[in-house]
Amino acid sequence: MLELQHIDTGYGSAQVLRELSLTVQSGEIHCLLGRNGAGKTTTMKAITGLMPLWAGRIVLDGAEIGALPAHERAKTGIGYIPQGRRLFTELTVAQNLEIGLMTRGASGAVRDRVLDLFPRLRERLHQRAQTLSGGEQQMLATARALCIEPKVLLLDEPTEGLQPSMIDAIRTVITRLRDAGTAILLVEQRIDAVLSVADRVTFIENGRGRETLAARDLHAQDTIIERYMGV
Amino acid sequence: MEFGPYLMLASLEGAVTAAVLALTAVGLSLVFGVMRVVNVAHGEFFMLGAVLAWWIATTMGGHPAAGFAAALIVAPILVGVIAAAADMTILKRVDYDPERTIVVTIGLLYIIQQLTLMTYGPEARPVEPPFNTRLALPWIEWGENGLGLYWPWGLSTTTYKLAVIGAAAVVLIGVWLLMTRTRIGLVMRATQLDREMAQAFGIPVERIYALVFGLGAALAALGAVLIVPIQQAHYLMGGDPLLLSFIVVIIGGLGSLPGTVVAAILIGMSDGIISVFFTPTLAKILATLLVALVLVFRPQGLFGARPA
Repeated sequence: MLELQHIDTGYGSAQVLRELSLTVQSGEIHCLLGRNGAGKTTTMKAITGLMPLWAGRIVLDGAEIGALPAHERAKTGIGYIPQGRRLFTELTVAQNLEIGLMTRGASGAVRDRVLDLFPRLRERLHQRAQTLSGGEQQMLATARALCIEPKVLLLDEPTEGLQPSMIDAIRTVITRLRDAGTAILLVEQRIDAVLSVADRVTFIENGRGRETLAARDLHAQDTIIERYMGV
Repeated sequence: MEFGPYLMLASLEGAVTAAVLALTAVGLSLVFGVMRVVNVAHGEFFMLGAVLAWWIATTMGGHPAAGFAAALIVAPILVGVIAAAADMTILKRVDYDPERTIVVTIGLLYIIQQLTLMTYGPEARPVEPPFNTRLALPWIEWGENGLGLYWPWGLSTTTYKLAVIGAAAVVLIGVWLLMTRTRIGLVMRATQLDREMAQAFGIPVERIYALVFGLGAALAALGAVLIVPIQQAHYLMGGDPLLLSFIVVIIGGLGSLPGTVVAAILIGMSDGIISVFFTPTLAKILATLLVALVLVFRPQGLFGARPA
């Protein structure tokens, strides 16, 4: 279980998150919704330690991790799949996975398990990451994060720019991980895509967490979606 | 001497320059590639390597080979540790900001240079080569008995110069293997490609930076230890290697190791040959002109990747 307790952060002197609180249970897909610039990606960067915490606490399975530097935080079991995938483009598929495996000293068995989830990657192990198609790159970004054997998985717009078959493949993997007990925090722009997979939804506005609702309750409430997402 | 033997002699001198330059420039290129900062103090780490080599060789006494062997190992390690310490205490504090790092390393340049002047003094001092047998070289000539070899007067090199070329080649292959075949090399390349994602996958980027900065400086120092039996150690000797390394790194493509080595051979050889046939000044003029042309027509360097 991942808890954010009243966290503040920002760039330089510009504050982005203000007293944001959020709980992601193990075995749930928790979705962050909000307009552009509301602070969704910043929330993820604060969890990974790529943004410094100004105030508040981040607690993972009872242990406070907010004070750890970014590279130590990954070792506590936080897998990050960033927006735009951000693979190590000049390295091969195998080397990208190797970096993920090194994070927590994972074994070859983990590698095999991850490759079983994405058989397409097994065929392309010695290809450089930048030569993969968009969907394959997203698979690799996901696989790289799974090599950490994450307790928490952070996905920032994983379906951006992908064709429907690829979106389905990613979604299947995510739900399978949820069922295996991983806590999943998802940022997604397309509401229809969210509602079909998410368990709970938190709306975020101007860096503040607003309402948290069960996804099934949201279908009836167009006004809430309109309020936080409408342009 | 005729033209042919003369050219061969010039090429050999050029090859020695190229070998040392390749080591120094690869050090600079590593630092720039992985850390994205320009190290203006790189030439001073070169100088420090030479001065330390003199100090170690003199302190040891005994057979010149023993002193030189100790210098070859100890001087680069010492310089690497000094550089890593400078990275952790100074560069880290300015957050590796590109502009501020330039200013900071200029400061470092003067501190190292003046400290050396205050302690080591203004003299140029030689280090005795561990071995230095003169080798006369043959040249082919069409004589009375058909094609034959003869030994023109003045066409010679020394075993030490050949050893410098060989040692540089071995070290460069070692660096290449380190970057492409080992785990630490993989981690360095991942850091180079995306610093943030490297951190998100547990790579202690600050420690990698200190390591790379130290390694870069150690390579420069190693080049200096190799050249000091030929050139002597002096507190101002860091200027030329710095300028030439920058030229090489720009021509080869920023951060590209193979490009850096090819450019070092190109610049080192032409520097040697032009210096022998014309003047060293003309060699520098042409090298700088080449940089200008590369920057205008191929800004990413001969081997650099075009930024996506």
